[in-house]
Order: sequence, then C-alpha cells, then structure tokens
Amino acid sequence: MLAQQLTNGILLGATYALFALGFTLMFGVLRVINLTYGFYFSAGAFIALFATRAAGMPIWAALPLAAIGAGVIAMLIDRLLLSRLNRARNPELASLMVTLGGVLALYSAATAILGSDIRRLPPELIGAEALLIGGVRITMAQILILIATIVLVSGLILLLRGTRLGLAIRAMAERPDAAGLMGIDTRRLASLVSFLSGALAGAAGVLIGLNFNAIQPYMGEEMMLRGFVVVIVGGLGDVRGAVIAGLLLGVIEVATAGYLASGLKDAVGFCLLVAVLWTRPSGLFGRSAVRRA
Amino acid sequence: MTPLLQTTGLTRRYSGLVAVDHVDIAVAEGTVHAVIGPNGAGKTTLFNLLSGLVPPTAGTITFAGADITRRPADRRARLGIARTFQNIRIFAAMTVLENVLTGAHVTLSASLPEIVLRLPRFRAQERAAVRSAQAALALVGLQARANDRADALSYGDQRRLEIARAMASSPRLLLLDEPAAGMNPAETTALGQLVHRIRDLGTTILLVEHDMGFVMDIAEHVTVLNFGRRIFDGAPAHIRTEPVVVEAYLGAKMAQRLTERAG
Amino acid sequence: MTLPDWLYPGWLDDFLWTYQNVIHSLGINGLLALSMYVVLAVGQLSLGQAAFMGLGAYSSALLTLKLKLPFLLVLPASCITPMLFAFAIGGPTLRLSGVYLAIATIGLGEVLRAVYLNVDYFGGALGLSGIPDSAETWMIYGLLFAAIAVLWLIARSGVGRAMEAMREDETAAQMMGVNVGRYRMGALLASAMLAGFAGALSAHVSSFIGPNEYGFEPAVTILSYALLGGIGTPLAPVLGAWILTLLPELLRDVTDMRSILNGLIIVLAVLFLPNGLLAWRMRRIAAPARPR
Repeated sequence: MLAQQLTNGILLGATYALFALGFTLMFGVLRVINLTYGFYFSAGAFIALFATRAAGMPIWAALPLAAIGAGVIAMLIDRLLLSRLNRARNPELASLMVTLGGVLALYSAATAILGSDIRRLPPELIGAEALLIGGVRITMAQILILIATIVLVSGLILLLRGTRLGLAIRAMAERPDAAGLMGIDTRRLASLVSFLSGALAGAAGVLIGLNFNAIQPYMGEEMMLRGFVVVIVGGLGDVRGAVIAGLLLGVIEVATAGYLASGLKDAVGFCLLVAVLWTRPSGLFGRSAVRRA
Repeated sequence: MTPLLQTTGLTRRYSGLVAVDHVDIAVAEGTVHAVIGPNGAGKTTLFNLLSGLVPPTAGTITFAGADITRRPADRRARLGIARTFQNIRIFAAMTVLENVLTGAHVTLSASLPEIVLRLPRFRAQERAAVRSAQAALALVGLQARANDRADALSYGDQRRLEIARAMASSPRLLLLDEPAAGMNPAETTALGQLVHRIRDLGTTILLVEHDMGFVMDIAEHVTVLNFGRRIFDGAPAHIRTEPVVVEAYLGAKMAQRLTERAG
Repeated sequence: MTLPDWLYPGWLDDFLWTYQNVIHSLGINGLLALSMYVVLAVGQLSLGQAAFMGLGAYSSALLTLKLKLPFLLVLPASCITPMLFAFAIGGPTLRLSGVYLAIATIGLGEVLRAVYLNVDYFGGALGLSGIPDSAETWMIYGLLFAAIAVLWLIARSGVGRAMEAMREDETAAQMMGVNVGRYRMGALLASAMLAGFAGALSAHVSSFIGPNEYGFEPAVTILSYALLGGIGTPLAPVLGAWILTLLPELLRDVTDMRSILNGLIIVLAVLFLPNGLLAWRMRRIAAPARPR
C-alpha cells in the first residue's frame, strides 16, 4: 500500500517536475516570471485533443506535435509581450504583470471560443491495462509519463550541459550583457528558450490531461500554484531543484490525500511554500542571491 | 582625539575575490579625508561597507565611538551618516525640493495619527524640514530650481542636488562617491569650494575620487588603496613621492624610471 | 440605520434604489483599488487583495451568521484575519525580491479557494447564503472617502515622500534613513485591512458568497484598476476602478469579454502607459514652500 502510494506520488511528481522545468528555465535564463506559461500547458493539451479526436493521431505522434505546437505559440506570445520590457525599471515585476494580464486575456478568450466543459482524450489512446510490478500497479498512462519525463529531462540537461547552444543559454543566464558582447544573438536565443519552455509546458499538459482524464482551458491556471511551489522550493532557475522538488511535492500530495483529506492537497503545497520562504527562501539549490539587488 | 569614523581590519570577500582587504581607516572629525586608488582598488566597495549597503566579511566599523558594523543602512543614516552615489541616484519623478526633503527624513518623527490629523508637531517638523531643505539648496546654489522635476536638471545640477539632499539632515559625516566625475575644471573648482564650505559648517567629509588634482587641492588627509589593501595613509603632499603609490598607479617599471630620473 | 430625510430627497432615493448594485460595486471596487494602491505606492506587487477580500467576507459572514453579532462590530473585526495572513506571507518576503511576494499572494488566493471549497464549515461549493443585508451605502462610501482622505494626507508628508522614494530607488531611500522593511509590511497590512473591509461590506450587500469569487480573475482585475488609473494620487486608482466597473454596465458586455478586456488593459498599461491614465502626480509637501 505504501509502495503504491509512493509510486503514484513519484509519477505525479514527475509531471509536476516537467511542468516546472519550463517555468524555471524562463526565469533562470531570461529573468522573466512568465505567467502565460500555464496557458501553453492548456494549449498543449488542446492540441493533442484535436489531433487525436479530429485527426485520429496516435499518442506517440500527438505528444510531440502538441509540444512543438505549444512551443511555437509560446515563442509568438512571449515575443509579443516580453520583448519590450528590457528597458523597464524592474523587469521581473513588469514581466510578471504583463504576463498576468496576458494570460487572463488568453484564458478568457480560449474559454469564450472553446467553452469551459471538461473534455477527455479518446480512451483508446492508451490502453487501460496496467502492469503489476512487485505488488505495485502502474497504468500504461503512468508508464508513458515516466518515459516522457525521463526523455525530456535528460534531453534538456544534455542540451544545457553538452552542447554549444546550451552553453550559450547558460551564458545568457549568468550575464546577458556579456553574452551579447560575446556574439550571442540574445534575441534569437530568448525565442528559443521560449520555445523550449513552451514545449515542456505543452508536453506536461498532454501527460497530465491523460493522467487525470480532464482537459479544459483553465487547467494551466490550476497547475500554476504547484508550479510556484516546485520552482521556489527547488530554487528559481535550477533544473535539478525543479526535478527534486517536483517529485517531493507529488509524494507529499498523494500522502496528504491518502492519509489526511483529499481537499487539503493544494493547501499542503502552499504551506510548504510559505515554510520555505520563512526558512530558506533560495530553495534547495537556488542562488543565495535572492535578496533584493 | 578619537576619530569620528574608524575601521579596523575591514574586509569584504566575494567568492574568489577580496575587494577590501583588512583596511584600517581613521577619519578625524572636521576634516576632509580622501580615499584614492586605481580602478578596481576597492573604493566603492569600501563606501558600500561604510554606508551599510554591503555587509563586511570581517572587521569592524566604529562611528562616534559606537560599533556600527552590524547596523543596517537606514540606522546609520539616523546616526548622521549621509552619502552621495557615483552613478546619480536622485528620485527622478519628484521635484528638486522634494528630493532634498527626503534627505531630511531622519529628522521627521511624527506618528501616523499626528500626520493625518495635521497636529502641531507634524506641521512644525514639516516646516522645519522645508527650511533645512531650502538652506541645503542655497548651499549648492539650486534654490531657483526648487519646484522643477529632478530629472529635468543637467548632469552637473543633479550632482549638486545629490549633495544638497545628503546635507538636508545636517549629517556629521558625508560620504561623497566620486563627486567630481564628469565635471569640467570650472565645475571642479566650484565643487572644491563647496566641499570646504560644507566642512566649515561642521560636517566631516570622506570622499572617493579619481581626479588627483582635485584631491590634492581639497583633502587634508589621504588614504590610498590598491587591490583592496591600504598602501598609504597620510598628508597629500607626501603622496606624490611615495614609491608605493607611484607604482600602484603607473606600474613598477614606470615608477623605477621616474625615481632614476629624479635621483 | 437611516439618515435624516433632508439628506435623502425622493428622487435621490429612487435613483439609489434602481442602481443600488452598481453604486455598491463602485464603492467596494474603489476600496479594493485603494488596497492595491498602497502596495504599489511603496514599489511592491501584491496580488493578494482578492484573497484578503475573501477572508474578510468569509470571516464577517461567519460572525454574523453563526455568532449573530451586530454588523457594526463585525465590520472592524473583518480586517483581522486578512491582516494575519498578510503578516504570515509578508514577513518572509519583505527582504526578498519582489517576485516572491507576488507569487505567494497569487498562490494564497488559489489555496484559500480550495479550502473554502472543501471544508463544510465554509459552506463548500455552495458557499454561505442568507447573509443579512446590513451594509448600507453610507458605510461603503464613508469608508471609501475616509480612506482616500487618510491616504491623501499621508501622501503629502514625510511618509508619503519616503514611499515614493522607495518606489523610485530603494537603495537611495535606505540611505535617507527609510526603513524599507517596515514600510513594506505596513503597506501590506494596510492593503489587507482595506480589502478585508471591502469583503465584509460586499458580503453584507449580496447576501451570498461563494468560494470562486476571490480567486485569480478578481485579483488580476483589481490590479487592472490601479494600472489603468495610475498611482500618482489616491484618487487615480479609484477612478480606474470606476471606469472598469462602469464599462461593462454601459456596454452590456458578456462576462468573458470583461476578463479579456481587463487582461488587455494590463498588458497595454505595462507596455505603453506605465503611469496610467491619470499620470498627474500630487505634491508631497505639507508646508508652504515659496521658491526664493
């Protein structure tokens, strides 16, 4: 029983980690709190929905398509909202505000166009069978989540640590002005980071939509709170932190739902957030320079 | 006589770099004391340490006999330490007079009820603050611009505004961070006269500067920093011949050539 | 509690009755706009006003429904819970970068919504109904004008100058002796207090409150009041609130359009109109100062 809970928690946490990755990437590299991020999560889910229902695509095609689609949308919207903010007096807060307004408009527009009913991905997409490993039951959907998360996280880490592109991204994260002087095209790189981050959000959207069997326009907004918790507990801008904190949150939530009350799931994450703010605001791995500059 | 400001072994280390390295400084009250050194010598870090914007890694700072090493910046302001900034930090959207009034913030102690009910104590303090602010503006010669927006002033005027703002609270110690930066010779001379006027009013001045000529003219005592360390401390007249200082500014080879030529 | 007849001539009475809801909304949204204003005025971004409003609404409704306390006692008490939460969140974030406070306050709204939804004592999904109609128009507007007056008087003083200085350049303000942490906490607590009052008043004019009324959308709407109006004076954000409250009434828009509009306004304001519509800035000196 405990093992089952733990497994469920870890797999749930994997999706949280995936969701938080793109968000922390945007902050770590671009110093942007991008609240439209949640919208790309919903967008990914909806793209997969239409791809599978209207075009009959199988999941292994719909997932990448949704990720790429969400990434492109992210690139466009971020360019529209964020490119003018470099000169703002306080770019972090300005980006927060502008994306806050932007995401509200986007969610509302999406609800107006698509309606707020809860939709589901076609049930034949992933078989309902489950594997039984050592007394623990894992559904096919959960296996997909696990594989996809491992692939995406390793891919991201490989990109950041092992390629020139990744080096450029990390340089930009450290010193954007110096990076520009080194010949790095910061605007194009920012677009790329937007794309990557949106793609991660979109992929997370499909996987969560699959796991919980519920897709509606505002789903990204409900996830954002967990995104905040993961990103702050793990440390703003740190990839390892996002992964570990995501897994941790998943386990805590499942444990709370199992042993306390299901309704307190969200509250426990938030309490964790406040506790971290009081004790160690830089999170597990964040730079200790979180004090105001 | 005990110095007004004193540091002992003051150190600030960033991972891998020691910006200020066990610096001892003693600033006598009523004097003009300059800190000079080549670029990167740690002068601005020293100022940030003294004003409380950066915590020291080691060492102590004593002001008027009290240990202020752990005091935050706003508390130091209350003790009578005021400061100007190297890159001007005036409040752009406020008027000139309002800017200077913020400098008098430490003199205002009315509580919120007194403020809202416009009780006599609040009104008297506000009037007194305005008078001090106007006096400070007159000191630097900006009284005619009192109601202009601060960012409408020229660069030189903005520098003077910063000084007026720092003087509004009649501080005991004024820290001037590169006050002559970007000034032409005429402005620099006027600045020197202003610094002496401020000293004569009873404020002790500690300034950081690049312009050697300016420092020689107005400083009574000079401390030279290089690579975060103090390499000379004494009267300005002795600096020029001090080999350690020449070497710091010009490099060892140049220093040797100069001494050969002189000797 | 009624006011004398000469204050309420017949035509005024009819007018007020017909447009009661709008008039109440204008007043309450004005208070919410002010709660946003005090925080922005010290250079912070808190998005907790809707959450604080919800806390004020729920706590006051429970006091009148369960404890049957009179409203004039409940109203002042309605700010206590919001202020406690504000302290809990503000405490750690005071010394951190501004994004932490913003994120924590967004999160607060979401979490409280889940709690209201899932805990029966708060009425669950159905919320609390049957709340007595105890809030009168004069209470709402009395509080609103009192708040405007107090904030205006404070703005025109050393405290107001310190607030603006902090907003412009926090480091320089510190060097002037401004205790930045204390001002931030003070602003946050004041914001919670005003929002709490707004919540209690709104609960006691609508007789029903639900868990979904104090979440993400209202939080962003309140921000849009201040961004549209500007924060040069306390009047500006109230004006922004009135414009944004009246607009849907005048244009008879669907609710969805209103959210889209609010979102767009924020985007446009941040990108193009950083000082809001009323960019005028009030004088911050309380003594006469004639230039020599």
